[in-house]
Amino acid sequence: MAARVLVGVKRVIDYAVKIRVKPDNTGVVTDGVKHSMNPFCEIAVEEAVRLKEKKLVKEVVAVSCGPQQVQETIRTALAMGADRGIHVEVSGKDYDTLGPLQVSKILAALAKKEEASLVILGKQGTFASEVTIDGDKIKVIREIDGGLETIKINMPAVVTADLRLNTPRYATLPNIMKAKKKKIASVKPGELGVDLTSRLEVLRVEEPAQRQAGVKVETVEDLVGKLKEAGRI
Amino acid sequence: MAATAALCRLSRLGSYSFKRSRGLIFNRVQSRGIAACIDPSIGLTDEQKEFQKVAFDFAANEMAPHMAEWDQNEMFPVETMRKAAQLGFGGIYVQPEVGGSGLSRLDTSIIFEALSTGCASTTAYISIHNMCAWMIDTFGSNELREKFCPDLCSMEKFASYCLTEPGSGSDAASLLTNAKLQGDHYVLNGSKAFISGGGDTDVYVVMCRTGGKGPKGISCVVVEKGTPGLSFGKKEKKVGWNSQPTRAVIFEDCAVPVTNRLGVEGQGFNIAMKGLNGGRINIASCSLGAAHASVQLARDHLCIRKQFGETLSNSQFLQFKLAEMATRLVASRLMVRQAAVALQEDRPDAVALCSMAKLFATDECFSICNQALQMHGGYGYLKDYAVQQFVRDIRVHQILEGTNEVMRMIIARNLLTES
Repeated sequence: MAARVLVGVKRVIDYAVKIRVKPDNTGVVTDGVKHSMNPFCEIAVEEAVRLKEKKLVKEVVAVSCGPQQVQETIRTALAMGADRGIHVEVSGKDYDTLGPLQVSKILAALAKKEEASLVILGKQGTFASEVTIDGDKIKVIREIDGGLETIKINMPAVVTADLRLNTPRYATLPNIMKAKKKKIASVKPGELGVDLTSRLEVLRVEEPAQRQAGVKVETVEDLVGKLKEAGRI
Repeated sequence: MAATAALCRLSRLGSYSFKRSRGLIFNRVQSRGIAACIDPSIGLTDEQKEFQKVAFDFAANEMAPHMAEWDQNEMFPVETMRKAAQLGFGGIYVQPEVGGSGLSRLDTSIIFEALSTGCASTTAYISIHNMCAWMIDTFGSNELREKFCPDLCSMEKFASYCLTEPGSGSDAASLLTNAKLQGDHYVLNGSKAFISGGGDTDVYVVMCRTGGKGPKGISCVVVEKGTPGLSFGKKEKKVGWNSQPTRAVIFEDCAVPVTNRLGVEGQGFNIAMKGLNGGRINIASCSLGAAHASVQLARDHLCIRKQFGETLSNSQFLQFKLAEMATRLVASRLMVRQAAVALQEDRPDAVALCSMAKLFATDECFSICNQALQMHGGYGYLKDYAVQQFVRDIRVHQILEGTNEVMRMIIARNLLTES
């Protein structure tokens, strides 16, 4: 039976907020903007908690990387049913340049340290639409272009959650109060032996171009003519 | 929670070209309370922000999509309220040992304010239900508490508060419903008017006369639906609050065990008023939620609607109007939260503060919702748009749980009594 599940939760700009680019084009405005847990991470937490309720795993650990504020996000995961949290402290310049490569190194190091058999994350990756544990293997059903694919994988394994995996629960008032007593441990990336230097440099951030008005044409010949004019064919 | 459900909905609602669907989309998305200076989570503890988040998510997902239907079809949303109770909203300030959530008055205010953005009428009923559960928890014997509170907190059973009569509204202490002691029962005769939930609810907290005239002759008893002699009038047709039925409650030689009495004989009026102090904060909180939602709706409409070649948001008059609405909303919120803290700390000025908060917030918030409707122009008058329902639903908050005129009486008495 799998002992421990690690769930990654990310604090992102709330999905309902209109994103604005900073005037100096170096990034998007985050100060004073409402943040919440990435909706796909909510689905990942829900799946982990359901596995625990089915007694297929023993402990759910929520992990987040970032500055002090990500503790709010970890608390939300605790209120949904995670047993404890780990806050990987990354702030300032390091946080601005924190990319998928660094985060995956951190999560891999943590998974090893915590002896986690399963890591569940919000998608992108192997999108799972159903997860069951069968002895010491995991059966994952995922949606692909052609339909559904069922695969069996050994543990330890990494699974990412798709939209249709589940509907996350609301935290209940009693669970929110219990979450206060659950522990969140702080860890520095250096302690995990992870180097945070980024291999990417952001040159410029711009809004997508405004949608231009279209042009109506009468016949197919006109259409071909216009496409040739625009150099498309 | 709100995120994934709303994402699914948004991805299915392709076209933004119809004014109506745009109004309904904004109905849902805006409920997450984004605009900065009126953000209701400012100044709250992390734990309170979590409570508020759950309430906002629940309101956006489970209530807002149905609020128009509940209003038009006069449906009492039992299933949705039971879902809310599962999250702990059935007995928010009732003690945990009998199934409540054991939270403070301020926590309660924050929760009702958030829920109200989804449907003010339903949230107002939930707050009345909470008030009744608290009265039984606080003044009932252990037997009564154990008999009623767990079911009320889970909303397995619903409650109604019965004080007002056809002949006694503001002059509540002059009530006439009689309770004559006969052996180990009180026999009730009389009728109550305007009872929220009346006829559909299971547990009635009734103020009745066991002694002489005036407040000291009044006691409080719990009457269960199905007791012989308990019947109901016709369902009233109302301007708003249509997701809760309102009926007269009639007692004809209705026998109630003496053990169903809350507190001692003659304590009933006192219990009723203590219940109302909290009830006033809750009702004011419901007004706050409706006003908050309306300000968001108005703001969004101003940014879309164009006249005279530009969006309405460029009109200085409308900018100033919106600013005034926001300012009054924040002022009202501060008054309500301050009163909640005074009540939970049992301060001597608590009663007056609760009255002030109820008076101020219900008046201001109605005005805010009304102005938000005006800003929508003709569309504001259509039932496809939520703002008119907020206006209709919170209009009654200036009347019940003590009219705003009675609030002035309480405040004046506090000012003019020599201490």
